[in-house]
Amino acid sequence: MNLESLYREEWRRVLATTVRLTGDFDLSEEAVQDAFVAALEQWPRDGAPASPYAWLVSAARNRVVDQLRRRARFAEKQGEIEHLAALSEPEIDLSEAAMVDDQLRLIFTCCHPALAVEAQVALTLRTVCGLATEEIARGFLVPVATMAQRLVRVKRKIRDARLPFAVPPRDQLVERLDGVMLVVYLVFTEGYAATSGKVWIRSQLCDEAIRLGRLLCELIPRNPELRALLALMLLHDSRRIARAGPDEEIITLEEQNRELWDRREIAEGVPLLESALREGATGEYALQAAIAALHARAPRAEDTDWAQIARLYDALLQKQPSPVVELNRAAAIAMAEGPSSGLALIDELEAKGELAGYHLLPAARADLLRRDGRWREAAEAYRQALALVANDPERRYLNRRLAEVEGLQSAGGASNIN
Amino acid sequence: MEYLLLIYGNEADVAKMSKADQGAMYQEFGSFTQSIQESKNYVGGNQLQDVATASTVRMRGGKRLVTDGPFAETREQLGGYYLIEAKDLDEALGIAERIPSARWGSIEVRPLVKRPG
Repeated sequence: MNLESLYREEWRRVLATTVRLTGDFDLSEEAVQDAFVAALEQWPRDGAPASPYAWLVSAARNRVVDQLRRRARFAEKQGEIEHLAALSEPEIDLSEAAMVDDQLRLIFTCCHPALAVEAQVALTLRTVCGLATEEIARGFLVPVATMAQRLVRVKRKIRDARLPFAVPPRDQLVERLDGVMLVVYLVFTEGYAATSGKVWIRSQLCDEAIRLGRLLCELIPRNPELRALLALMLLHDSRRIARAGPDEEIITLEEQNRELWDRREIAEGVPLLESALREGATGEYALQAAIAALHARAPRAEDTDWAQIARLYDALLQKQPSPVVELNRAAAIAMAEGPSSGLALIDELEAKGELAGYHLLPAARADLLRRDGRWREAAEAYRQALALVANDPERRYLNRRLAEVEGLQSAGGASNIN
Repeated sequence: MEYLLLIYGNEADVAKMSKADQGAMYQEFGSFTQSIQESKNYVGGNQLQDVATASTVRMRGGKRLVTDGPFAETREQLGGYYLIEAKDLDEALGIAERIPSARWGSIEVRPLVKRPG
């Protein structure tokens, strides 16, 4: 009996059902923890039960009932005593369908819009994924005490404001599912953004996000947007190993060794995306996944279908107007039509001022100037980007490029004299 | 479970409304109140006089300090409240969103502390 993998598989399902049965988030979490400890003691001695899930739910439920009984005796709370009576009812629905509903309820409660987004993310990782508070704190680079406090506060709100443990009604389902997808995507991007911290911690967040994506696709099988989100994460994740060097330096898409791309993730992600698009996915995850798929399909960087990527950025801009998407679109157009068209768009963007102080704007300009052989101007733009950049890997990347264009400039930047 | 729905809005905007528009708004509030009375969610509720009528009291070192107005200047002012009974936060939010001024102001939803006994 491997308790580690049992914990991984059963934690969420056991917790979800225990919360449904007891209506108490906080007590259930402790009780499920205790039930796993009890299993660790008893199963090797007495043999594992036929249904570990049913055993763990029943052990956890009994613990919550004990706790509530102790409290009720202490305070003689009438409400809790009535609640206990309801809990002691013998028939408990442990069917497959009830189990699916329980897990959906758990996810929707954790991602309730009345909770702060960062609290939703933390709570989802804690309760749905079963990550320890220390692991979540490390993943988000905050002190453990801060993360513990965040979790305490959010669970208090769930209890005191009485957030329902429920799947939202039909008329709110789409909107609420958007919230859930955002939480999953935030977990993923936090893991994927090459900012700082130890690589393995970040990979864990990517893995958890993909696991959550898979779970949601299983629980809500007929939603193409969900499938597009999973495809997007898989396609991005397929480049995880290729995009960082041994010292965590950034390796751009163009420079990546495509042999290192995870073919299995691509082989899973592309058909997922195709089926999502066939069934009408048109959201931002689908469009981003379509862009990622075009990269995944190109055997060499120079085979990339940049014209199609630029069109997808157009569509994305319609859905989700943002200066960052505009910047990406400008870069794609530059790759499709030549640096000067991209540079003109970047100038327009800069004139609007929305990206003032954002290092990727001068970095993108620098990149296009470099491609155009305008070394002196490129060096100037790299210096501007370096003055704004906040994290180490990106700073090292920009320094490398700066040294490169400075070298070319002094080696006889004839192309610049005109 | 009881929730207090605190109704915030910009008084100046309401003052600028035409008489006819104000009348229509009060009528809308009236029918909203009636609907939550019929659904048994209504516990209480009132409109407040504007903040120009407000006074603030503090006791410091045994001395009473009275000042004019609310203690903080904000863009939106508390203009009224409903006290409602709802089975959970989702029901309370569903009622709050139907308050007419939710369309231009905002509604803060606060659960009440339940004292045993």
